[in-house]
Amino acid sequence: MLSAEEWQAVQLSLNVALRSVAVSLVPAIAIAWLLVRGRFPGRMLLDAVVHLPLVVPPVVVGWGLLMLFGVRGPIGGPLQQWFGIRLVFSTDGAALATAVMSFPLIVRAVRLGLENVDRGLEQAARTLGAGRWDVFLTVTLPLMAPGILAGAVTAFAAGLGEFGAVITFASNIPGETQTLPLAIYSATQTPGGETTAARLAAVSFGLAIAGLLAAELIARRMQRLLGRG
Amino acid sequence: MLSVAARTQFPGFALDVEFEAPSEGVTVLFGPSGCGKSTILAAVAGLAAPREGRIALDDTVLLDTARRIALPPEARRCATVFQDARLFPHMSVETNLRYGMRRAPAGATGPCFEEVVSLLGIGHLLGRRPGGLSGGEKQRVALGRALLARPRLLLMDEPLAALDAGRRAEVLPFLARLRDASRLPILYVTHALDEVDALADHLVLLKDGRVLADGRPEELSTRTDLPLAARRDAGVLLPVQVLAHEAAGGVSRLGFAGGELVTSLRPEPVGSYMRLRLRARDVAVATEEPRGISTQNILKARIVDIVPAGEAQEVFLHLALGPTILLARITRGSVGRLGLAPGGEVWALIKAVTFDHAGLPRGAV
Repeated sequence: MLSAEEWQAVQLSLNVALRSVAVSLVPAIAIAWLLVRGRFPGRMLLDAVVHLPLVVPPVVVGWGLLMLFGVRGPIGGPLQQWFGIRLVFSTDGAALATAVMSFPLIVRAVRLGLENVDRGLEQAARTLGAGRWDVFLTVTLPLMAPGILAGAVTAFAAGLGEFGAVITFASNIPGETQTLPLAIYSATQTPGGETTAARLAAVSFGLAIAGLLAAELIARRMQRLLGRG
Repeated sequence: MLSVAARTQFPGFALDVEFEAPSEGVTVLFGPSGCGKSTILAAVAGLAAPREGRIALDDTVLLDTARRIALPPEARRCATVFQDARLFPHMSVETNLRYGMRRAPAGATGPCFEEVVSLLGIGHLLGRRPGGLSGGEKQRVALGRALLARPRLLLMDEPLAALDAGRRAEVLPFLARLRDASRLPILYVTHALDEVDALADHLVLLKDGRVLADGRPEELSTRTDLPLAARRDAGVLLPVQVLAHEAAGGVSRLGFAGGELVTSLRPEPVGSYMRLRLRARDVAVATEEPRGISTQNILKARIVDIVPAGEAQEVFLHLALGPTILLARITRGSVGRLGLAPGGEVWALIKAVTFDHAGLPRGAV
């Protein structure tokens, strides 16, 4: 069905999307918590910064990453020098760009999940002898799980299709950073690449549908587990 | 002994209270909504801090704003039962019950899991999720969960207020059983007088963020200067003991300090103690012993005092029967017509001994 190169692009996309979700999940929960529960000056600013990737052109986000994480950038330089980690033009870089782009999606979903948690339950847990962290891990986190999961699935599905930030920051290297949308783009630029483009587009379509179905099934199962079904 | 002193200020509301609650039994904070009773409970639990105050449980200082001491809720060991049971929806009933138990300090003592489960009759619910329970069942589980946390003080914030009459009647006896079994001090917030009658060992009357009076509920029930007296169901709370059942006559004899009452047959065994409220409206007086009358309870009493009852054309008579004080509410006209005056002897006619406010006897449920 698919050629070796096409398979490579599909696998790379799944890999990048999965890793992007994995890196952003914990920071997203922390940021969502700060935005919902925090009472500090600059909360509005933090909210705006988190949402920037939704409104700024992806190419600009990619360019910003290039400035920060480039080999001579203020973060990329030391990373390369001290740890030998190079993000630009690498799969790790593609995952980072994807993570930044889908970060607001996860934060929004986690935030909704957290806002739905009844603080009365947390108070009850405290009076029963549970400390703050204990309450967070045993009451808050399980109750916001539907939001976390919804965020993760949405971010994963969106991450499969991230184009602008990836191509700008990580470039379009087959087997390294050429994810599905980049492969489709390349195919359309190549004479005779129409069938490849069509096959990959069909795969993208299938993955998106599967992602939506999975999200719905998981959400239902979660609601039942939380006794709301 | 729990001692509470708290002052705090919200827009349109000020709280300034000071009271002590005995180390055993139920202390009820009673007052209309908005009087500050739930704010006090939250301050004791550590869920909200008053601006100024000191709260101590025996030798442990829970809060002292002057010394900048404020124990976090989890260190106070004041397990709380809320109006909405607040069971954790993602855990089974059993896991809910064990939540506080697993977090109790190693040396803490209290009834064991099986005892609490059988005390509250929730054994058949253990495997269920809270979502599927009735309101009464949820509240029983919440009581068990709080008790199993091995607290030093149980806090209850209107635990029956969200239940309909049937569910209240279902849960109230369990509360009384828990009170008798736990030997813990309980701080209980309510605005329902029947809960005071059923449970209170000590009563703190609150209004507009201040303590109006506190003491034994029996004593406070005889005071006509308190808002309690303005209620339609005002009347004295009387501790009685079941003396005898007369099945033939369909009556039970109840003894109290200063006399005996006859009621329709009661289910409680002879010897058991209970508390009932004799409404002032149900007590009439006569200057001569009435004859040929259907009223069964006619008791000789002495008028101690006559005080106006609110703005109405009525008065309260304080009647002494031995050491017991009864209240009767009659019109000013009757006082004049009968020539009633303090020191005078009268016959008190108790038209009804109602048990809709009957207290639950200790140890007899």
